[in-house]
Amino acid sequence: MLETAAAWLLALLWLAPLLYAFWAAFHPVEFATRFDPLAPLTLGNFGKAWAYAPFARHFLNTVMLVTMILSAQVVLCTLAGYAFARFEFTGRDIAFGLVLVQLLIMPEVLIVENYRIMSRLGLVDTILGIGLPYMASAFGIFLLRQTFKTVPRELEDAARVEGCNFLGVLWRVYVPLARPTYLAYGLVSVSYHWNNFLWPLVVTNTVHTRPLTVGLAIFGAPESGVDWGVISAGTLMAVAPLLFAFLLFQRQFMQSFMQAGIK
Amino acid sequence: MKHVYGWLLLTPAAILLVGFTHYPAAATLWDSLFSTGTVVHPSRFEGLGNYAALADDPIFWRVLGNNFWFALGTIPTSIALAMLMAIWVNDRLPARALVRMAYFTPTVLPMIAVANIWLFFYTPQIGLLDQIGAKFGVASHNWLGDPNTVLACTMAMVIWKESGFFMIFYLAALQSLSPELEEAARIEGASRWTFFRRVTFPLLMPTTLFVLVNATINSFKLVDHLFILTKGGPDNASSLLLYYIYQVAFSFFDTAYASTLTVVLLLLLAGLALLQFQLVEKRVHYR
Amino acid sequence: MKTALTVALAALLAASVPAKAVELTFYYPIAVGGPLTKVIDGYARDFEKENPGVKINPIYAGNYDDARIKALAALKAGQPAQISVLYSIDLYELLEQDVIVPWDDVAATADDKAWLKAFYPSLMMNGTYKGKVYGIPFQRSTIVLYWNKDAFKEAGLDPEKAPANWNEMERMAAKLVKKDASGNVTRWGVMVPSTGYAYWMFQAFARQNGHDLMNPEGNHTNYAHPDVIAALQYWRDLGAKYKVMPEGTVEWGTLRQQFTEGKTAMMWHTTGNLTAVKTSATFPFGVAMLPASKQRGSPTGGGNFYLFKKTTPEERKASLAFVKWLTAPERAADWSIATGYVAVRPEAYETPKLKEYAQGFPQAVVARDQFKFATAELSTFQTGRVRKLLDDAIQASLTGQKTPAAALKAAQGEAEKLLKPYR
Repeated sequence: MLETAAAWLLALLWLAPLLYAFWAAFHPVEFATRFDPLAPLTLGNFGKAWAYAPFARHFLNTVMLVTMILSAQVVLCTLAGYAFARFEFTGRDIAFGLVLVQLLIMPEVLIVENYRIMSRLGLVDTILGIGLPYMASAFGIFLLRQTFKTVPRELEDAARVEGCNFLGVLWRVYVPLARPTYLAYGLVSVSYHWNNFLWPLVVTNTVHTRPLTVGLAIFGAPESGVDWGVISAGTLMAVAPLLFAFLLFQRQFMQSFMQAGIK
Repeated sequence: MKHVYGWLLLTPAAILLVGFTHYPAAATLWDSLFSTGTVVHPSRFEGLGNYAALADDPIFWRVLGNNFWFALGTIPTSIALAMLMAIWVNDRLPARALVRMAYFTPTVLPMIAVANIWLFFYTPQIGLLDQIGAKFGVASHNWLGDPNTVLACTMAMVIWKESGFFMIFYLAALQSLSPELEEAARIEGASRWTFFRRVTFPLLMPTTLFVLVNATINSFKLVDHLFILTKGGPDNASSLLLYYIYQVAFSFFDTAYASTLTVVLLLLLAGLALLQFQLVEKRVHYR
Repeated sequence: MKTALTVALAALLAASVPAKAVELTFYYPIAVGGPLTKVIDGYARDFEKENPGVKINPIYAGNYDDARIKALAALKAGQPAQISVLYSIDLYELLEQDVIVPWDDVAATADDKAWLKAFYPSLMMNGTYKGKVYGIPFQRSTIVLYWNKDAFKEAGLDPEKAPANWNEMERMAAKLVKKDASGNVTRWGVMVPSTGYAYWMFQAFARQNGHDLMNPEGNHTNYAHPDVIAALQYWRDLGAKYKVMPEGTVEWGTLRQQFTEGKTAMMWHTTGNLTAVKTSATFPFGVAMLPASKQRGSPTGGGNFYLFKKTTPEERKASLAFVKWLTAPERAADWSIATGYVAVRPEAYETPKLKEYAQGFPQAVVARDQFKFATAELSTFQTGRVRKLLDDAIQASLTGQKTPAAALKAAQGEAEKLLKPYR
C-alpha cells in the first residue's frame, strides 16, 4: 500500500543521519564522503577521538549528575506532591500555580541571573551547581500530585488505624502505589538531563565537571577545523550509553513518555 | 496542624523553586534597569535606558524575527508530522515496532550530537546533501553560508529531532480512543479523511494543546545547535534570542543588556503560553 | 639552661617543617587538534622536577572564547588562577576588568629584562599597552596560503610558484577552477574562510591594501577607510565577480578537509593547521606567504601568557620562572614542532632540533618569514562587540546582503559609539 511505503520511507529518512554517523565513524576519513561498500573498516577514529577528549571523565560526570538530580527530584517532588494532593493549607492553590510557572520559565532561560547566584554560593564549576536549579521539578511535582490523588482514601485510613503518622502513610501507602509514575518520570528526567547543554556549558569551567554534551561541543568545534571520522566517532561514543539503553528498553521509554503526557 | 505539615512538606522544593525560578526572574527585571558595572565604569541606574538601546539594536530585531520564523516553521510542521506518524504507527503496519523506533530515536540524542552530524550534511560539495544532489545534477549550494537558506536548514534539523517526541503523546491519546467510533464511522460509509477531520482531530485537541505549548517553549529554548553549526551567522541570519543572550552575557560581559533581553524573552514565553491556552481552550473537547 | 634547650628545639622544629609549596593554576586553550594536553602536562611535570617547591596545575579550557570566559569566571568566583594563556586580543577586556599586571613589574633582574626583549617584535604588539608588556607570546600563528601542487601541475601552472600578489592569485585561481560536464564546479581556485574568525582573515586583506583596522590605544577603528572598503570588495569579487571562490560564507571548520579532499586548489588558513594538513593530505602541497596588494601582510594570532593581579609575590616569582622556562629556545622549538605554531623567538630557530626540522619540512618557516610583514590582531576596548560588528559586516557583504561600503560604514558608525567613552 502507498501509505506503508510512505511510512517506511519516512522511517528510513529518519534513521539516515544516525546511519551516516556510523558509516563515518567506522571508516577512514577518505571514505567519510565516499560510499564505497568495499571500503575498509577501522577503529582508528575511535582511538583518536578517545585521545582528543576525556570521554571517560565526561561520562562519569554525566552519570553523577543525572543520578544526583534524579535522587533529589524523587525526594523533593514526592514531599511536595503529597502536600498538594492531600493537605489543605492556606495559599495552596496559589503555591501550586507558582510551581507551574517553572514549566514555562526553565532555568536555562535565566542563565544570566542563575550564574550569578551560583557564583555567590561558590558552586560554579561543581556538579552540584549544575544540578541544583533542577532538583525541584515542577513536572515531577505535577505528576506525583496527580498520581497521589488517585490513591483511595481507604488505604490511608487503614494505615492510620495501624498507627502511622503522615510520613509513615506516605512511605507505606502512597510511594509504593506510585511506582509506575516514578519509573516513567525517572526515564524522562534522565533523558532530559543527560542531553542538557546550555546551563551546564555556562556553569562548568573544567574537565572535572563537564558532562558529555559540553565535552562533545568543545570536541566538535576546535579552532583548527574538524575531521569527520573523528567527530562521528566521538559523537557516537557520547550517545552510545543512552542509545543502547533506549534500544534495550524501548517499550519502557515510550510508555514513560506516554504516561507523562497523559497526565 | 495540617496547615503546618502541608507547608513543611513543601518547603524544600519551595526554597529551590523560588531560588532558581522566581527570584532570578525578579532579579533579572531589576538588573535590566541598571547598566553593567566594571571596575573602571561602575554600575548606575538607567531606568528604561536599556530598553531604548534594545529598540535601537538591529541585531535584536533580526533575532526576534528569526525566532518568529523559526517557531512558524517548526511548530505546525512537527505537530502535523507527529500526528501522521502516530496514526501510521497505531495502525496495523508491517514492521511497526521498527518504524516506531526509527521515528523516536532522534529524541534520545542530545542536540549537540545531532548538530555535529547534520553539519556534515550541509557542508558544500563534500557534504551528504550536495553529494546526493550531484547525482541528480543539482549544483552544490552553501546551505549554512547563505542567509536565505540557513534558517530553513536549522528548522529541518529541529523538526527531525522533535517530531518523534510529539508522536509519543499522540500515540498515547490515539490508544485511548474507543475503537467503536471507527467501526461506527465505517458502517456509516465515512471516508478515512472525513473520519480524521470530524472525529479524530477534535478528540486529539487536548494533546494538541499540550504539544503546542511544549513546542513553543522548545522553540525558544533550543539553541544548542547554533554553537556547532553557525554561531548565529551568517550576519545573525540564524541567531536566536537565547543564543544572543548567551553571547551578550558571556562573550561581551554586558550582563545588564543580557538581563534586558531576558525580560523580553520571559514576556514572550508568558504571553504566548497564555494566548495559546485561550485560543485552543475554546476548541478543546474534554471527555 | 632549660630555656635555651626549648628555644633550640623550637628552632630545629621550625627549620624541619618544609616551606609551603607555591601552586600555580593556569588555564589554556588548545586551538589546534591533537592530544596536546599531554604535551602541556609533560611540560608541567618537567618544570616541577627542576623546581621542587612549585606545583603547576594546567587546566584545559577549550577554545579561546572558552578560556577567556572560564578564566575570568574563576577569578570572579574566587577560585585560584595565577597565569593563563588567553587570546592575545583579550588585553583590553582584561585591563578594563583590572585583573592583570604587567610582566615588567616582576621582571627585576637584567636577565629578565633581556628575556622580555627576546621575542619577535610583531608578536609583542598585541601584548603591549602604554609601553608595558602584559602578554608573553606562547602559541602564536599567522595566516598562510596553502596550495595543492598537483592541482597546479594539472592546470598548467608551475607547481613550485605560489601567487605573489592579488592579480596573480585571481588569474591563477581562475585557471584552477574545474567544472564537471553539467557546468557545476568540482574544484574552486581559492577559498578564504569567513565564519569563525572572519575579522582575522579580513585584517590580512586590509593590511595588504595598506591599512590596519585599529590603533594601538585600542579606542579607534578604521573600518570605513576607502582602502579598507576596497579590500573587502576584492574579497567579495573573488566569489561574485571572478567566480574562483564559492559565494556566501566559507566555513572555518570544514575548510581544511575541503582542501585535503581537493575541492579547492588554494586556501588561506592558520599555520596552526600545518601539522594536520601534513598528515592528511595525499598530494604534495606548498605553503607560502599571503599575496601582496600594496604590500605583504598578515595579522598574528594566538595566545599569550597573562599574569593575574590576585597573586602573591611568591606566586609572581614562580610564574615568571615558569613562563621563562616555557619560552626558552629549546622548549619553544619543541612546542612549535609539536603543534605547528610559530616558535616565538628567533633563538628557537637556531636550535639544532628546529633547524633540522625546517630543512626536512621548509613549509614550517614560511610563517616566521612573514613576521616582518605582520601586524597586530584586531583588539580594542569592548573587543567582543567591536569584533562582532566587523564579522557581521563581512558576512553581510560576502552573502550579497549589503555592499562592502554600506556594511563597513554601518559597522564603523556602531564601533564609534562603543569606543567614544574610552577616549
